[in-house]
Amino acid sequence: MRGARAGDRLLHLYTWLIIVWLSSPIAVMILFGFNDKQSKSNTTWQGFTLRWYAELFDISDLTVALYNSLVIALVSTVITVVIGTMLGLALGRHRFRGQGATNFLVFAAISTPELVMGASLLSLFVSGNVPRDANTIIISHVLFSLSFVVVTVRARVVTLDPSLEEAARDLGATAWGTFRQVTLPAILPGVLAGGMLAFALSIDDYVVTSFVNGSTVTFPLWIVGAVKTGIPPQVNVMGTLIFCIGVLIAVGNAVAARRRS
Amino acid sequence: MRRLTPYLLALPSWMWLAIFLVVPMVAMASVSLQTGNAIDGFAMTFSFSNYADAIGRYSTQLVRSLLYGGLATVAMLVIGYPVAYFIAFKAGARKSTYLFLLLLPFFVSFVLRTISWNFLLSDNGILFGTLKGWGLLPADFHVLATTFAVVGGLTYNFLPFMILPIYVALERVDPRVVEAAQDLYATRAAAFRRVVLPLSLPGVFAGVLMTFVPATADPINAAILGGTSNTMIGNIIQTEYLTNLDYPTASALSFTLMAVLLVGIFIYARALGTENVLEAAAR
Repeated sequence: MRGARAGDRLLHLYTWLIIVWLSSPIAVMILFGFNDKQSKSNTTWQGFTLRWYAELFDISDLTVALYNSLVIALVSTVITVVIGTMLGLALGRHRFRGQGATNFLVFAAISTPELVMGASLLSLFVSGNVPRDANTIIISHVLFSLSFVVVTVRARVVTLDPSLEEAARDLGATAWGTFRQVTLPAILPGVLAGGMLAFALSIDDYVVTSFVNGSTVTFPLWIVGAVKTGIPPQVNVMGTLIFCIGVLIAVGNAVAARRRS
Repeated sequence: MRRLTPYLLALPSWMWLAIFLVVPMVAMASVSLQTGNAIDGFAMTFSFSNYADAIGRYSTQLVRSLLYGGLATVAMLVIGYPVAYFIAFKAGARKSTYLFLLLLPFFVSFVLRTISWNFLLSDNGILFGTLKGWGLLPADFHVLATTFAVVGGLTYNFLPFMILPIYVALERVDPRVVEAAQDLYATRAAAFRRVVLPLSLPGVFAGVLMTFVPATADPINAAILGGTSNTMIGNIIQTEYLTNLDYPTASALSFTLMAVLLVGIFIYARALGTENVLEAAAR
């Protein structure tokens, strides 16, 4: 059994190597947000500074891009969560005509390559002479996040005991009252998880957005546009802050979930 | 009223998916058969030659994309499987910590992660610059703008999507089944090959689907890490659509890409057996 032990230890070490590999670009991003660079390029370490944190919003079009990304992510998440939860409830709770076709559409929306989705949306907007702006970005973000919300909510709905809702109705609750006081609290973790996923997908999207943005620039689009001229350290700082907020929310969530159980 | 409920609940999503997923596909199919240009406008001429032209002009990039996507997927499978195995069977109570660490990169934007790779791999950057300074690497050594950089970037970016489904499949394997195999005098290798591996195949299947399609169609890694000689089909479609405004060619290419991917998935599904496909799809 000594061979097996050594094998396990090797596997353990290997897993850590992969984790280090996956995290190294994050470390680089955070580190170079503190780089006191003098030249135009930000690729060599030149000393520690907090300057970029103080001058975080000094590049006005970058700030606008970040602001656009946040607003677009917020609006598209709200729309996606509302209509996605409704469809998730319909699919998880009811039997109806067209259910198979609906499942197929939900699956198709997940499996269509982003590139094809963006290209087809642009074809639609060009054919219909629809001007491209923040609205078309929101429309497309709802489209690619929708299925993820539907799937997470449905997974939660099917674990829910239908007799709970029946009991509420037997006790005289209205349909809306039953939903608000019984169904919604029970499926809330699924709804929240779907919402966080939708927000993360939206704020991170480059490919689809690049087709439908018109002249509106989002955070990822701005970054790709700046690659040739050099990424300013402010981008690293913004990335670092988004990373920290995301990790805090995730850890808080996990701690809260552990306390509840 | 109660019988109408599911339809009313589904209605907004139906409309969204119909108007913005189905109709655009039809619009794109129609555009791909038109001729004309962005200034004079496009007219429907059922010109199927658009497809022949587009494929003829960009077959190199199409083949290259499939090759890079395929190579990256194989690399992810080889690199990711042992990690999934370790977390499922050996990590004990720390399972969720390891999963969390694997998912950390997702808290950083995809674009930014790829750029950080560019940082790390740059010719005279913190990694190679230092090694060159110590004389450990020749001065003209470079990784950026090579096939290796692009395939490596794709592998890096999509690896967690390979690890997670395999982990989910392995996690469901009852350890007692493996013990039973060993009690029946199977060696560790044989127990793995005949028991664990077959049971993990649905996860492998899902992982390959989740990584091959986006990796093949991805334009970001090639754009940021690949230089000018590693252009993938995603970059071509973007350029044709957004810079050249050649909508028919771009639409024809998009459809070709999707058709190729669908055929690939179909062949792959047949090869692995339909039960596995259904099982993977049901999850």
